[in-house]
Amino acid sequence: MTSKKRIRSWEITSESNYLNRRDFLRGSGIALGGALAATALPRVAEARPPELETVAWPGSTDEAPNSWEDITTYNNFYEFGTAKEDPYRNAQDFVTRPWTVRVSGECDRPGDYDYEDIVNPHTLEDRVYRHRCVEAWSMVVPWVGFPLGDLLKRFEPNSNAKYVAFKTLYDPARMPGQRRPVLRWPYREGLTIEEAMHPLTILSVGVYGREMPNQKGAPIRLVVPWKYGFKGIKSIVEIEFTRRRPRTSWNLSAPREYGFYSNVNPEVDHPRWSQARERRIGAGLFAPKQPTLMFNGYGEEVAHLYAGLDLRKNY
Amino acid sequence: MKAKHVRFLKVPVFGLSLVPLAILVVEILGLWGLSLGTNPVEALIHFTGTWGLNFLLITLAVTPLRRLTGQAWLVRFRRMFGLFAFFYLALHFLSYAGIDQRFALGFILEDIAERPYITLGFAAFLMLSALALTSTRDMVRRLGPRWKKLHRLVYPAAILGVWHYYWLVKADLLEPLLYAAGLALLLGMRAWWRWRQRRAAPSSSPA
Repeated sequence: MTSKKRIRSWEITSESNYLNRRDFLRGSGIALGGALAATALPRVAEARPPELETVAWPGSTDEAPNSWEDITTYNNFYEFGTAKEDPYRNAQDFVTRPWTVRVSGECDRPGDYDYEDIVNPHTLEDRVYRHRCVEAWSMVVPWVGFPLGDLLKRFEPNSNAKYVAFKTLYDPARMPGQRRPVLRWPYREGLTIEEAMHPLTILSVGVYGREMPNQKGAPIRLVVPWKYGFKGIKSIVEIEFTRRRPRTSWNLSAPREYGFYSNVNPEVDHPRWSQARERRIGAGLFAPKQPTLMFNGYGEEVAHLYAGLDLRKNY
Repeated sequence: MKAKHVRFLKVPVFGLSLVPLAILVVEILGLWGLSLGTNPVEALIHFTGTWGLNFLLITLAVTPLRRLTGQAWLVRFRRMFGLFAFFYLALHFLSYAGIDQRFALGFILEDIAERPYITLGFAAFLMLSALALTSTRDMVRRLGPRWKKLHRLVYPAAILGVWHYYWLVKADLLEPLLYAAGLALLLGMRAWWRWRQRRAAPSSSPA
């Protein structure tokens, strides 16, 4: 099934987004010299990435996805700077081909795999997921991807593989944010093998039916919709099957604030802010916050993974 | 500088101090293609907080600047800058309490009690409110020597304000540390001068 003629789920609701896009482009075309206007985004030469061949996925949320602009100009990707619009500004020239992922650890088929080796055998699905940041804002993102588990099985993990560890590219020449020690580079993340094999966990290679914009973690990133966004490691170059729980970047930075699991949980507050409610991006200046759902609303599918685990201690 | 010149100069300084507000209004109204960006609530809170801190540091720079340059008239701008600091911080607090929390008192009180950076910020705001309320000429006269003592609260308020910023940042501490360095310089100069003054006149015990 090709994507060219099929109506994608977001296209039904995209008219207002499309109009907003026109406003946005018109607006950002007006040059503003003053450094005072910290929030005005200068126009960056941006070509939309090419379209991908995708199929529909029946499990998508029917909530309206955020606009392309929301999704691609408000990003936490510290490798390109710590302000939300920095990745949009600084990642436009990031070159993501060729791209190699090193697979290692407790599996029978370790090795270096090209992007094409990783992605081509899989059918790409349009999966619209809720996305909840640990900073108490949220979006709805139409990802393109495939189940991580389908890929991991190809590497034939053995019975010692209890966890899967991931690393982002470390290349300060190409990722200017890595020139300052804001986090311990390279960024690293991890999942239990059960979490990694869960059908909701995907490797994503695009949004809105197009290849992944650089500022969003190109060319290949993790998406775990029931966890806080920072678990979704971007620009992955290493996948390792491990016996022991891997260390993760934000946990190394502030262990009291960011646990290994980092499941979305409205009852366990971050020490510095409440997780009970979230601000939906795109709702406007005067919109109220909305209640945060346990496991970001994916509890029916994933709660069993944590049966018997004290989620207050294992945050 | 003569008094009438100072009065004349106050007009453009007042106008310049309103520029951040003007930018904010333009961005809220979405004029000329400007906007508060993708997360307008966060942008509003950060913008007003940043300008509150900026004016607080400008206010604290007046006395050292006067001393270094010998231009005594500078002090006549101090109250205006202090009130602009309070003005932007009042907008900061109202943006948080009114627009972010929609005046939900339960959530606001929980934040003040349980989120340390909000506790600090709120304490600083209360202190500066007391200073703003007693900033009139009439209050200066009525409070007499106690006025000066009361208005030394600006030092702990500024420290708590910068600390508030430091504690809210997740990992990139560069900007809060720059504010901390600026504040340390301004307070350090005062401490140094005081120490030298005491050493120079050890016998001048208070009556």
